Amino acid sequence: MSGGAVWVLGTSMTRFGRYPEMDSVDLAARASLDAMDDGGVTIHDMDVLAAGTLFQASTSMGQRLQKQIGQTGIPVYNVSNACATGATALRTVYLSIRAGEAEMGLAVGVEQMGKMGLLAGGSKEDRNVYEPSGRYGAVTAVDGVLGTETMPGVFAQAGMQYAYENDGVGFEQFARVAYKNHQHSTLNPLAQYQKEFSMEEIMEAPVQSYPNTLLMCCPTGDGAAAVVLVSEERLRSLPVEAQRRAVKVAASVLTSDPYVEGGQVQPDVNTLTRNAAAKAYELSGIGPEDLDLVELHDCFATAELIHYDNLGLCERGGAGDFIDSGAPFRDGTTPVNVSGGLISKGHPIGATGVANVFEVTTHLRGEAGDRQIEGARVGLAHVIGLGSSCGVHILEKAA
Amino acid sequence: MVENPKSQVPIVDYLQLDEPPHLIANECGACQARFFDRRNACGACGATDFATVRVVNRGVLKAFSIVYRAAPTVQVPFVSAIVETSDGTTVRANVVGLENPDDAELGMALEMTTYVCGTDDAGTECVAFGYAPV
Repeated sequence: MSGGAVWVLGTSMTRFGRYPEMDSVDLAARASLDAMDDGGVTIHDMDVLAAGTLFQASTSMGQRLQKQIGQTGIPVYNVSNACATGATALRTVYLSIRAGEAEMGLAVGVEQMGKMGLLAGGSKEDRNVYEPSGRYGAVTAVDGVLGTETMPGVFAQAGMQYAYENDGVGFEQFARVAYKNHQHSTLNPLAQYQKEFSMEEIMEAPVQSYPNTLLMCCPTGDGAAAVVLVSEERLRSLPVEAQRRAVKVAASVLTSDPYVEGGQVQPDVNTLTRNAAAKAYELSGIGPEDLDLVELHDCFATAELIHYDNLGLCERGGAGDFIDSGAPFRDGTTPVNVSGGLISKGHPIGATGVANVFEVTTHLRGEAGDRQIEGARVGLAHVIGLGSSCGVHILEKAA
Repeated sequence: MVENPKSQVPIVDYLQLDEPPHLIANECGACQARFFDRRNACGACGATDFATVRVVNRGVLKAFSIVYRAAPTVQVPFVSAIVETSDGTTVRANVVGLENPDDAELGMALEMTTYVCGTDDAGTECVAFGYAPV
């Protein structure tokens, strides 16, 4: 390893939403060109490219992108890691720089989902004649018979398990998470939805999977985000202004889910997040109390609540009190998802783990406009991909 | 034409239909971790010897979701459940036998039960399992 720090030099994201007139390569190109422009560099400065997409994982996204923005012959990594795809792309470039193979590289995450609706469940058709198949010898589709396979339901259960094990957590606390994120999104012009909803509207919205109502679930959508990373040494050779705006990657961590009883039927999204956070805090010397903002993986309101606890933002078991106290609101002690989060900003899957680094970086630079968290110096970006994979990045403003 | 007596198959191979119906698991000989799928090695400790064990039918409702939106082939609403059996095995299934899905309560005592969930073109019945309030 070269041992030196790695910095964010440039970053960009498209507004999340629907882009029927573009394809995913166009979206990735737009974010990539803007990120390089933001860093004052070009494709000729890139030593490595990592491109993340989930639903087009086998389509050589990185090479197709190169054919739009510059085929310079550098190594390309096409990355897919569920909802942690973007964070994995970013970390791939990070590792290349840490390994001394690259001085500068581009990580891009992109997804074009349109209106995909539910992403899992009901996939197997009822067969005409029952015959066991698969690892469980199932003779027919089990979604809806042996519990749910849908994401709103799986994450509802994760939240309900937390409610079972801890006091002060219920429907209202989960709803308040969505209330906060929708409210935050009104200040973010890059969010897919920028509309505030009352607690009543959220709680009375159509139930998808109780306790998650429609307004407590992230939408599907299209978008891309990109980050240019640079080695410390190379950064010092760049213009002073670029150095001033650069943001240090104080920790880059990726974990998978260790074995827990029950993980085979209900994915454990907690342990790997706790492990990733602990390692990130250790590597960076930064604690949860030092964070000026957090972008965490609120694919559903139930998920955000449990990650307050998993990331150590609140006392163990205290996530209900934490949201009730107002702590994660933008004027609270630990602002969480000031972008609007996945619930309002949107969740084009491959883009998400780069977009949250964009968001934190933009605040640390003091360039977040109306949604700026004043004086932000340290922030954390978290994603989790079911299956499972967790990415945590801690970012720190230049001294 | 003489009709054959109705035959039944379990919805998954870890459901055993002999009386009383129950679940079985592959239990690691080294660390006792339990798995419902066929195994190559233990996901918890890496050991490769397994025994087939019987999972007890009683448990509690550790987590649930009342699912109103699902694929078109799935009947809603239903109560998806994570059940912790009294021998510490975690099972995913539906809560059945509730008058109203809203009657589901965290921590409620449940017992496994079976029911016919479909019939194929050969007349074979598919038997599923669920957990009913005790």
